[in-house]
Amino acid sequence: MNIQIRKFFYGDIPDDQSGGNDLKNTQGPSSETKKTDWPLWEVFIRSRQGLDHKHAGSLHAADAKMAIENARDVYTRRMEGVSIWVVESKYIHATTPDESGELYEPAEDKIYRYPTFYKLPDEVNQM
Amino acid sequence: MNSLIAYTLHLADNALILSQRNSEWCGHGPVLEQDIAITNISLDLIGQARNFYQYAESLINHSDGTAANPASEDSLAYLRTEREFKNLLLVELPNGDWAQTVLRQFFFSQYQYLLFQQLQFSKDEQIAAIAAKSIKEVSYHLRWSSEWVIRLGDGTRESHDRMEKAMNELWAYTGEMFEPAGYEKEMPVESEEIKKEWDEKVRQVLEEATLTLPPASEKGSVFMHTGGKNGIHTEYMGHLLAELQYMQRAYPGCEW
Repeated sequence: MNIQIRKFFYGDIPDDQSGGNDLKNTQGPSSETKKTDWPLWEVFIRSRQGLDHKHAGSLHAADAKMAIENARDVYTRRMEGVSIWVVESKYIHATTPDESGELYEPAEDKIYRYPTFYKLPDEVNQM
Repeated sequence: MNSLIAYTLHLADNALILSQRNSEWCGHGPVLEQDIAITNISLDLIGQARNFYQYAESLINHSDGTAANPASEDSLAYLRTEREFKNLLLVELPNGDWAQTVLRQFFFSQYQYLLFQQLQFSKDEQIAAIAAKSIKEVSYHLRWSSEWVIRLGDGTRESHDRMEKAMNELWAYTGEMFEPAGYEKEMPVESEEIKKEWDEKVRQVLEEATLTLPPASEKGSVFMHTGGKNGIHTEYMGHLLAELQYMQRAYPGCEW
Protein backbone atom coordinates (compact mmCIF):
# COMPACT_ATOMS: atom_id res chain seq x y z
CA MET A 1 0.00 0.00 0.00
CA ASN A 2 1.34 3.31 -1.02
CA ILE A 3 0.95 5.73 1.86
CA GLN A 4 1.86 9.34 1.28
CA ILE A 5 1.71 12.29 3.56
CA ARG A 6 0.58 15.14 1.43
CA LYS A 7 -0.38 18.69 2.17
CA PHE A 8 -3.80 19.45 0.78
CA PHE A 9 -4.99 22.91 0.12
CA TYR A 10 -8.59 23.69 0.69
CA GLY A 11 -10.06 24.40 -2.70
CA ASP A 12 -6.82 23.18 -4.30
CA ILE A 13 -4.95 26.46 -4.14
CA PRO A 14 -1.22 25.89 -4.30
CA ASP A 15 1.06 28.49 -2.73
CA ASP A 16 2.21 29.99 -5.99
CA GLN A 17 -1.36 30.66 -7.04
CA SER A 18 -2.69 32.04 -3.81
CA GLY A 19 -1.35 35.37 -4.93
CA GLY A 20 -0.85 37.14 -1.64
CA ASN A 21 2.70 38.22 -2.38
CA ASP A 22 2.35 39.09 -6.02
CA LEU A 23 1.09 42.57 -5.26
CA LYS A 24 4.42 43.46 -3.68
CA ASN A 25 6.31 42.35 -6.74
CA THR A 26 4.27 44.45 -9.07
CA GLN A 27 6.46 47.13 -10.54
CA GLY A 28 4.83 49.99 -12.32
CA PRO A 29 1.74 49.98 -14.45
CA SER A 30 3.27 47.75 -17.11
CA SER A 31 3.08 44.56 -15.10
CA GLU A 32 -0.47 43.39 -15.02
CA THR A 33 -2.22 43.14 -11.70
CA LYS A 34 -4.88 40.52 -12.07
CA LYS A 35 -8.02 40.42 -10.00
CA THR A 36 -7.13 36.90 -9.00
CA ASP A 37 -4.12 38.32 -7.16
CA TRP A 38 -6.14 38.62 -3.99
CA PRO A 39 -5.95 35.49 -1.90
CA LEU A 40 -8.99 33.61 -0.71
CA TRP A 41 -10.01 33.78 2.95
CA GLU A 42 -12.32 31.63 5.02
CA VAL A 43 -14.71 33.47 7.29
CA PHE A 44 -15.93 32.26 10.67
CA ILE A 45 -18.70 34.09 12.48
CA ARG A 46 -19.84 33.85 16.07
CA SER A 47 -23.51 34.62 16.06
CA ARG A 48 -23.97 35.14 19.80
CA GLN A 49 -21.81 35.40 22.86
CA GLY A 50 -21.03 31.95 24.20
CA LEU A 51 -21.49 30.13 20.91
CA ASP A 52 -18.74 28.78 18.70
CA HIS A 53 -17.47 30.48 15.60
CA LYS A 54 -19.06 28.81 12.61
CA HIS A 55 -17.83 28.73 9.05
CA ALA A 56 -19.83 31.30 7.11
CA GLY A 57 -18.17 31.23 3.71
CA SER A 58 -15.18 32.60 1.88
CA LEU A 59 -14.14 35.79 0.13
CA HIS A 60 -11.23 37.53 -1.53
CA ALA A 61 -9.15 40.22 0.16
CA ALA A 62 -5.66 41.66 -0.07
CA ASP A 63 -4.85 41.25 3.62
CA ALA A 64 -6.36 40.29 6.96
CA LYS A 65 -7.69 43.75 7.70
CA MET A 66 -9.52 43.93 4.42
CA ALA A 67 -10.73 40.37 4.85
CA ILE A 68 -12.38 41.25 8.16
CA GLU A 69 -14.01 44.32 6.67
CA ASN A 70 -15.20 42.40 3.67
CA ALA A 71 -16.55 39.71 5.97
CA ARG A 72 -18.40 42.36 7.93
CA ASP A 73 -19.98 43.66 4.73
CA VAL A 74 -20.70 40.33 3.12
CA TYR A 75 -21.72 38.13 6.06
CA THR A 76 -22.95 40.27 8.96
CA ARG A 77 -25.34 42.71 7.29
CA ARG A 78 -28.38 41.14 8.89
CA MET A 79 -27.02 41.04 12.43
CA GLU A 80 -25.57 37.56 12.06
CA GLY A 81 -22.51 38.14 14.16
CA VAL A 82 -20.74 39.49 17.21
CA SER A 83 -17.26 38.28 16.31
CA ILE A 84 -15.39 37.48 13.11
CA TRP A 85 -12.42 35.25 12.43
CA VAL A 86 -10.70 35.09 9.08
CA VAL A 87 -7.95 32.78 7.96
CA GLU A 88 -6.30 32.57 4.60
CA SER A 89 -7.69 29.51 2.88
CA LYS A 90 -4.28 28.14 2.02
CA TYR A 91 -3.60 27.58 5.71
CA ILE A 92 -6.52 25.23 6.08
CA HIS A 93 -5.58 21.63 5.59
CA ALA A 94 -8.34 19.27 4.67
CA THR A 95 -9.00 15.61 4.09
CA THR A 96 -9.81 14.44 0.61
CA PRO A 97 -12.83 12.34 -0.35
CA ASP A 98 -10.70 9.36 -1.41
CA GLU A 99 -9.38 9.05 2.13
CA SER A 100 -12.83 8.76 3.64
CA GLY A 101 -12.74 4.97 3.66
CA GLU A 102 -9.84 4.67 6.04
CA LEU A 103 -10.72 7.75 8.07
CA TYR A 104 -14.43 7.51 8.74
CA GLU A 105 -15.79 4.09 7.90
CA PRO A 106 -14.08 2.22 10.75
CA ALA A 107 -16.31 4.16 13.16
CA GLU A 108 -19.50 2.91 11.55
CA ASP A 109 -19.73 -0.46 13.31
CA LYS A 110 -18.68 0.68 16.76
CA ILE A 111 -21.95 1.70 18.28
CA TYR A 112 -20.56 0.95 21.75
CA ARG A 113 -18.80 4.30 21.49
CA TYR A 114 -22.12 6.06 21.86
CA PRO A 115 -23.12 6.81 25.43
CA THR A 116 -26.61 5.41 24.86
CA PHE A 117 -25.99 2.29 26.93
CA TYR A 118 -25.83 4.09 30.22
CA LYS A 119 -28.94 4.18 32.36
CA LEU A 120 -29.53 7.71 33.53
CA PRO A 121 -31.30 8.53 36.78
CA ASP A 122 -34.69 10.17 36.18
CA GLU A 123 -33.56 13.43 37.77
CA VAL A 124 -31.05 13.99 34.97
CA ASN A 125 -33.10 15.13 32.02
CA GLN A 126 -30.89 17.57 30.21
CA MET A 127 -28.37 15.16 28.73
CA MET B 1 -38.71 78.43 4.28
CA ASN B 2 -37.08 78.75 7.65
CA SER B 3 -33.47 77.90 8.12
CA LEU B 4 -34.07 74.72 10.14
CA ILE B 5 -36.04 73.25 7.23
CA ALA B 6 -33.38 74.35 4.76
CA TYR B 7 -30.63 72.89 6.90
CA THR B 8 -32.44 69.59 7.37
CA LEU B 9 -32.95 69.37 3.61
CA HIS B 10 -29.27 70.14 3.09
CA LEU B 11 -28.28 67.21 5.32
CA ALA B 12 -30.80 64.94 3.60
CA ASP B 13 -29.75 65.95 0.09
CA ASN B 14 -26.06 65.30 0.83
CA ALA B 15 -26.91 61.76 1.90
CA LEU B 16 -29.36 61.07 -0.92
CA ILE B 17 -27.17 62.32 -3.75
CA LEU B 18 -24.02 60.56 -2.57
CA SER B 19 -26.07 57.42 -2.07
CA GLN B 20 -27.33 57.70 -5.65
CA ARG B 21 -23.79 58.12 -6.95
CA ASN B 22 -22.38 55.21 -4.96
CA SER B 23 -25.27 53.00 -6.04
CA GLU B 24 -24.08 53.37 -9.62
CA TRP B 25 -21.31 50.94 -8.64
CA CYS B 26 -23.87 48.23 -7.96
CA GLY B 27 -22.90 45.34 -10.23
CA HIS B 28 -19.79 47.20 -11.41
CA GLY B 29 -17.50 47.14 -8.35
CA PRO B 30 -13.87 46.12 -8.88
CA VAL B 31 -14.44 42.88 -6.96
CA LEU B 32 -17.60 41.33 -5.57
CA GLU B 33 -16.73 42.14 -1.96
CA GLN B 34 -16.15 45.84 -2.63
CA ASP B 35 -19.25 46.00 -4.77
CA ILE B 36 -21.16 44.92 -1.68
CA ALA B 37 -19.22 47.34 0.55
CA ILE B 38 -19.94 50.43 -1.54
CA THR B 39 -23.61 49.59 -2.01
CA ASN B 40 -23.83 48.95 1.73
CA ILE B 41 -22.62 52.49 2.24
CA SER B 42 -25.25 53.63 -0.23
CA LEU B 43 -27.93 51.95 1.83
CA ASP B 44 -26.63 53.54 5.05
CA LEU B 45 -26.81 56.94 3.37
CA ILE B 46 -30.34 56.29 2.10
CA GLY B 47 -31.29 55.52 5.69
CA GLN B 48 -29.88 58.84 6.85
CA ALA B 49 -31.56 60.67 3.99
CA ARG B 50 -34.94 59.17 4.89
CA ASN B 51 -34.57 60.20 8.52
CA PHE B 52 -33.79 63.76 7.56
CA TYR B 53 -36.50 63.94 4.87
CA GLN B 54 -39.10 62.62 7.29
CA TYR B 55 -38.13 65.29 9.75
CA ALA B 56 -38.19 67.97 7.03
CA GLU B 57 -41.60 66.70 5.97
CA SER B 58 -43.03 67.17 9.44
CA LEU B 59 -41.44 70.62 9.78
CA ILE B 60 -42.81 71.76 6.41
CA ASN B 61 -46.32 70.44 6.98
CA HIS B 62 -46.36 71.88 10.46
CA SER B 63 -45.40 75.36 9.28
CA ASP B 64 -47.89 75.24 6.39
CA GLY B 65 -50.72 72.95 7.43
CA THR B 66 -53.11 74.21 4.76
CA ALA B 67 -51.10 73.27 1.68
CA ALA B 68 -53.09 71.37 -0.95
CA ASN B 69 -50.25 68.89 -1.44
CA PRO B 70 -48.56 68.23 1.87
CA ALA B 71 -44.86 67.36 1.60
CA SER B 72 -43.73 63.78 2.00
CA GLU B 73 -40.28 62.22 2.09
CA ASP B 74 -40.97 60.94 -1.42
CA SER B 75 -42.04 64.29 -2.80
CA LEU B 76 -38.94 65.89 -1.30
CA ALA B 77 -36.65 63.38 -2.94
CA TYR B 78 -38.45 62.84 -6.23
CA LEU B 79 -40.29 66.01 -7.06
CA ARG B 80 -37.97 68.88 -6.29
CA THR B 81 -35.99 70.46 -9.09
CA GLU B 82 -32.26 70.93 -9.38
CA ARG B 83 -32.29 74.45 -7.96
CA GLU B 84 -34.16 73.26 -4.87
CA PHE B 85 -31.50 70.72 -3.91
CA LYS B 86 -28.99 71.95 -1.35
CA ASN B 87 -26.34 69.25 -1.46
CA LEU B 88 -22.60 69.87 -1.73
CA LEU B 89 -21.15 69.88 -5.23
CA LEU B 90 -18.70 67.21 -4.10
CA VAL B 91 -21.36 64.53 -3.75
CA GLU B 92 -22.94 65.08 -7.16
CA LEU B 93 -19.70 64.77 -9.15
CA PRO B 94 -19.44 61.67 -11.35
CA ASN B 95 -17.84 58.62 -9.79
CA GLY B 96 -14.78 58.59 -12.03
CA ASP B 97 -12.69 55.52 -11.28
CA TRP B 98 -12.54 53.60 -8.02
CA ALA B 99 -9.81 55.93 -6.72
CA GLN B 100 -12.00 58.98 -7.21
CA THR B 101 -15.00 57.30 -5.62
CA VAL B 102 -13.14 56.24 -2.47
CA LEU B 103 -11.35 59.57 -2.13
CA ARG B 104 -14.66 61.43 -2.36
CA GLN B 105 -16.14 59.07 0.20
CA PHE B 106 -13.17 59.70 2.47
CA PHE B 107 -13.44 63.51 2.20
CA PHE B 108 -17.16 63.38 2.81
CA SER B 109 -17.17 60.79 5.60
CA GLN B 110 -14.44 62.65 7.49
CA TYR B 111 -16.55 65.79 7.26
CA GLN B 112 -19.77 64.02 8.16
CA TYR B 113 -18.10 62.36 11.13
CA LEU B 114 -16.94 65.67 12.61
CA LEU B 115 -20.24 67.35 11.79
CA PHE B 116 -22.38 64.65 13.38
CA GLN B 117 -20.19 64.68 16.45
CA GLN B 118 -21.25 68.26 16.94
CA LEU B 119 -24.85 67.76 15.84
CA GLN B 120 -25.46 64.94 18.29
CA PHE B 121 -25.41 67.61 20.99
CA SER B 122 -27.67 69.92 19.03
CA LYS B 123 -30.56 71.48 20.90
CA ASP B 124 -32.87 70.20 18.20
CA GLU B 125 -33.69 66.75 19.54
CA GLN B 126 -34.57 65.21 16.21
CA ILE B 127 -31.36 66.31 14.48
CA ALA B 128 -29.34 65.27 17.52
CA ALA B 129 -30.95 61.83 17.51
CA ILE B 130 -30.37 61.23 13.80
CA ALA B 131 -26.75 62.37 14.10
CA ALA B 132 -26.13 60.14 17.11
CA LYS B 133 -27.69 57.16 15.36
CA SER B 134 -25.73 57.73 12.14
CA ILE B 135 -22.34 58.28 13.69
CA LYS B 136 -21.57 54.57 14.05
CA GLU B 137 -22.09 53.84 10.40
CA VAL B 138 -20.24 57.01 9.42
CA SER B 139 -17.28 55.83 11.51
CA TYR B 140 -17.24 52.68 9.45
CA HIS B 141 -17.46 54.59 6.16
CA LEU B 142 -14.54 56.68 7.33
CA ARG B 143 -12.47 53.68 8.31
CA TRP B 144 -13.26 51.85 5.08
CA SER B 145 -12.55 54.81 2.81
CA SER B 146 -9.39 55.98 4.55
CA GLU B 147 -7.95 52.48 4.30
CA TRP B 148 -8.64 52.48 0.59
CA VAL B 149 -7.01 55.87 0.16
CA ILE B 150 -3.88 54.58 1.89
CA ARG B 151 -3.97 51.26 0.07
CA LEU B 152 -4.18 52.86 -3.37
CA GLY B 153 -1.98 55.87 -2.68
CA ASP B 154 0.77 53.70 -1.23
CA GLY B 155 0.15 50.85 -3.68
CA THR B 156 1.43 50.35 -7.20
CA ARG B 157 2.56 53.15 -9.48
CA GLU B 158 -0.71 53.02 -11.35
CA SER B 159 -2.90 53.14 -8.24
CA HIS B 160 -0.78 55.99 -6.89
CA ASP B 161 -1.16 57.94 -10.15
CA ARG B 162 -4.89 57.41 -10.09
CA MET B 163 -5.13 58.70 -6.53
CA GLU B 164 -3.10 61.78 -7.46
CA LYS B 165 -5.44 62.39 -10.38
CA ALA B 166 -8.44 62.00 -8.10
CA MET B 167 -6.88 64.51 -5.70
CA ASN B 168 -6.53 67.06 -8.50
CA GLU B 169 -10.10 66.40 -9.55
CA LEU B 170 -11.71 66.66 -6.12
CA TRP B 171 -9.69 68.96 -3.90
CA ALA B 172 -11.26 72.13 -5.27
CA TYR B 173 -14.68 70.84 -4.16
CA THR B 174 -13.73 70.34 -0.52
CA GLY B 175 -13.84 74.00 0.52
CA GLU B 176 -17.59 74.22 0.17
CA MET B 177 -18.11 72.02 3.21
CA PHE B 178 -16.76 74.74 5.47
CA GLU B 179 -18.39 77.77 3.86
CA PRO B 180 -21.63 78.18 5.80
CA ALA B 181 -24.68 79.00 3.69
CA GLY B 182 -27.14 81.53 5.04
CA TYR B 183 -29.36 78.88 6.63
CA GLU B 184 -26.37 77.25 8.32
CA LYS B 185 -25.34 80.31 10.22
CA GLU B 186 -28.19 79.92 12.68
CA MET B 187 -27.26 76.32 13.38
CA PRO B 188 -25.01 75.61 16.34
CA VAL B 189 -22.21 74.26 14.17
CA GLU B 190 -18.61 75.42 14.47
CA SER B 191 -17.52 75.28 10.82
CA GLU B 192 -14.09 76.66 11.59
CA GLU B 193 -13.45 74.01 14.19
CA ILE B 194 -14.62 71.25 11.85
CA LYS B 195 -12.42 72.62 9.10
CA LYS B 196 -9.36 72.67 11.30
CA GLU B 197 -9.86 69.13 12.49
CA TRP B 198 -10.83 67.89 9.02
CA ASP B 199 -7.67 69.39 7.57
CA GLU B 200 -5.51 67.74 10.18
CA LYS B 201 -7.08 64.28 9.86
CA VAL B 202 -7.13 64.37 6.07
CA ARG B 203 -3.51 65.40 5.91
CA GLN B 204 -2.54 62.51 8.18
CA VAL B 205 -4.16 60.01 5.88
CA LEU B 206 -2.84 61.61 2.68
CA GLU B 207 0.63 61.60 4.14
CA GLU B 208 0.39 57.95 5.01
CA ALA B 209 -0.88 57.35 1.49
CA THR B 210 2.27 59.11 0.16
CA LEU B 211 0.10 61.53 -1.80
CA THR B 212 1.05 65.09 -2.61
CA LEU B 213 -0.38 67.30 0.09
CA PRO B 214 -2.56 70.09 -1.23
CA PRO B 215 -1.37 73.63 -0.53
CA ALA B 216 -2.29 74.92 2.91
CA SER B 217 -5.75 76.32 2.49
CA GLU B 218 -5.66 79.74 3.99
CA LYS B 219 -8.74 81.62 3.07
CA GLY B 220 -8.79 82.55 -0.58
CA SER B 221 -5.41 81.10 -1.45
CA VAL B 222 -6.88 78.13 -3.33
CA PHE B 223 -9.88 78.41 -5.60
CA MET B 224 -12.82 76.38 -4.34
CA HIS B 225 -16.05 75.65 -6.19
CA THR B 226 -19.15 76.56 -4.25
CA GLY B 227 -22.87 76.96 -4.88
CA GLY B 228 -24.44 73.56 -4.26
CA LYS B 229 -25.67 74.51 -0.81
CA ASN B 230 -27.70 77.30 -2.41
CA GLY B 231 -28.96 75.29 -5.35
CA ILE B 232 -26.36 76.33 -7.92
CA HIS B 233 -25.16 72.96 -9.15
CA THR B 234 -22.71 71.49 -11.63
CA GLU B 235 -23.81 70.31 -15.05
CA TYR B 236 -23.91 66.75 -13.70
CA MET B 237 -26.74 67.36 -11.26
CA GLY B 238 -29.55 67.52 -13.82
CA HIS B 239 -28.53 64.21 -15.34
CA LEU B 240 -28.32 62.59 -11.94
CA LEU B 241 -31.80 63.81 -11.00
CA ALA B 242 -33.20 62.72 -14.36
CA GLU B 243 -32.19 59.19 -13.53
CA LEU B 244 -33.20 59.39 -9.88
CA GLN B 245 -36.61 60.96 -10.48
CA TYR B 246 -37.62 59.48 -13.83
CA MET B 247 -40.18 56.98 -12.56
CA GLN B 248 -42.05 59.43 -10.34
CA ARG B 249 -42.01 62.06 -13.08
CA ALA B 250 -43.23 59.70 -15.78
CA TYR B 251 -45.75 57.84 -13.60
CA PRO B 252 -46.76 60.23 -10.81
CA GLY B 253 -47.49 58.44 -7.58
CA CYS B 254 -46.51 55.02 -8.89
CA GLU B 255 -45.74 52.41 -6.26
CA TRP B 256 -44.28 48.95 -6.43
